[in-house]
Amino acid sequence: MPDLRFVIPRQNINREDFASSSPDFNHRSEMMNTDRGFKCRITNIVQLTEQEKLFQLRIVDPLERARFRFKPGQFLMLELPGYGDVPISISSSSANHEFLELCIRKAGHVTSALFTIEEGAYVAIRGPFGSLFPMDEMAGHNVFLIAGGLGIAPLRAPLFWINEHRDRFLDVNLLYGAKEPSQLLFTWQFEEWEKINHIRLHTIVEHGDAAWRGKRGMITDLFNDISVDVKKSYAIVCGPPIMFKFVCGYLDKLGIPMNRMFVSLERRMHCGMGKCCRCMVGSTFTCIDGPVFDYWSVMNLKEAI
Amino acid sequence: MIYKVISKKEFRRFVDLLVKSNSSFGPQQVDTDSRGNPVYQFKPVQTVDEIAFDYTATASSAKHFFLPFREELSSFTFHKDGWEQKISYDAEPVVLVGLRACDISALNILDDVLLNGHFPSPYYLAKRKNSFVIGMDHLPLPDCFCKSMSHHTVTTGFNLFCSDIGDNYYLSINSSKAFNFLKEFETRDPLYEDNCLLVERRKLIQHGFTTEIDVTALPSILDIEFDSPVWEKWGQKCLNCGTCAMVCPSCYCYSLTESFETNLKGAKREKRLYSCNLVDFAVVAGGHNFRPKNGDRLKYRYYHQHRGFAENDNQQICVGCNRCGRACLAGINPKDVINDLRMEKESCLTCVSSSPART
Repeated sequence: MPDLRFVIPRQNINREDFASSSPDFNHRSEMMNTDRGFKCRITNIVQLTEQEKLFQLRIVDPLERARFRFKPGQFLMLELPGYGDVPISISSSSANHEFLELCIRKAGHVTSALFTIEEGAYVAIRGPFGSLFPMDEMAGHNVFLIAGGLGIAPLRAPLFWINEHRDRFLDVNLLYGAKEPSQLLFTWQFEEWEKINHIRLHTIVEHGDAAWRGKRGMITDLFNDISVDVKKSYAIVCGPPIMFKFVCGYLDKLGIPMNRMFVSLERRMHCGMGKCCRCMVGSTFTCIDGPVFDYWSVMNLKEAI
Repeated sequence: MIYKVISKKEFRRFVDLLVKSNSSFGPQQVDTDSRGNPVYQFKPVQTVDEIAFDYTATASSAKHFFLPFREELSSFTFHKDGWEQKISYDAEPVVLVGLRACDISALNILDDVLLNGHFPSPYYLAKRKNSFVIGMDHLPLPDCFCKSMSHHTVTTGFNLFCSDIGDNYYLSINSSKAFNFLKEFETRDPLYEDNCLLVERRKLIQHGFTTEIDVTALPSILDIEFDSPVWEKWGQKCLNCGTCAMVCPSCYCYSLTESFETNLKGAKREKRLYSCNLVDFAVVAGGHNFRPKNGDRLKYRYYHQHRGFAENDNQQICVGCNRCGRACLAGINPKDVINDLRMEKESCLTCVSSSPART
């Protein structure tokens, strides 16, 4: 028989339990709920290529929608109930509080399932997580946005930011490389970026077909025609892992300081909160300390790129 | 902290009442290993007689009461307009009897990692809050190296800690709950003799360690020796089974899986403990593996255990219980690996295993 004097009472957890932990958690918890996903309705799906689709999402609850704020460079965990969740970088403008855009490639279990759903379906998002591109620090400088393939997706958010605050930046160059012309994404926006936002756009493909009239070669070949003022330039590099090494190495040789080059890393993630350790690089979490790192930190991390 | 002395008989009476009134777990012998040594595990207990107070160390650690192998994080119910998500942070109170100092140290490390970061884990906190931990000191096993990691004593993280001083236990009471329970039993304030006995006991434990690892400046050595052939050598032995992480008291990496209910009316999101030695640990969508080789993954584990937290929290995550060394099927022992890395033995680099390389 249990002796009632010795029964340990059940304790529930509450917000105060976390009051002694890191100070900004209480602030953050106002902004987001890390375990409960925000329910989103898929409002539009654009098929970009065979492998990539652009999903437009709208958070259903107006209060949650008003609270969801992110900065360029951050990502979110997109959850499809029953299938799992995946880290996806946000590729819409951070000033757009109504809709979120996610550019997704069909690559794994969850994204394959995502490609079968239609407009009006409900998914969940958690976040935003991760570090940001220091857009304020970049103000007053030339900016090089260098994207390879799907790397344009995380670069769209800083690009939108630059377009919205175009007068703060000097020359902005977007260097965009892909394997084939058909794999170039967001081509319908090229004209808008060039003519309205005065962004110098340079595209290059590795294997051009007959209809391709642009340049062919590696992405670093584009620098042959661009003069880089190394003292006044920042660079953001995003692409497949192999690209970081030779693009950042090239920029380093040109003389751009390592702490002015930013890369956005890609790793497997299961939580986004620094708990599952799947995204750990050396002793750094890609989800909390990253995904945006300056090249100096990445250089010092073992096995990062 | 309040210190009391209780006779062993009275202590058994106390534990018996506690165990009978709550859902409790204590060490029990479950089997004997191939060498004839007893194998202990934490098992549900109903009376004090079922608890083996004189056990050596359990094969699995006490972390599983806080980080179960499988844990449901949330569930979804589907309906016409999408779905509803349900999350509960409930945990039933449990009493854990007989945890060793290194087990409790490991819980303290988990507290640091899981509760003090940017995103504290409510699932872990609920379980931690609803636990009543009774620690017991013990004489070191021949192969554990807790002293080298300075986790052979513990000063926080438990409700009650007992040091064996002959006929009595010297109690360190670290919670009001434990203090209130003990009011009902015959205890006394420690006398000078008791303190002397405690010091004797601590000395006995302190000097009982036969295995020692030099961990001085290990974080920087791990950095410097990043491309060392030592990793290749031990990597060739590693079977990628992940046993080390399963028995480790402070490993917490996990993987998330979601599955549908059979009636297709719902889905659940489950967390399973994972190991960084499993092949697909760092595979990203598209098939690229960031750590493709055995040696890379083994290196990463040592990196995380002995270096990762030196940078983030100024502490190493390993407590030195050597459960991984005992459980390893390939005979990989942290002591040997670290000594190899420090180049303690001249011959170590030449004795490369003859087993075929696995990737």
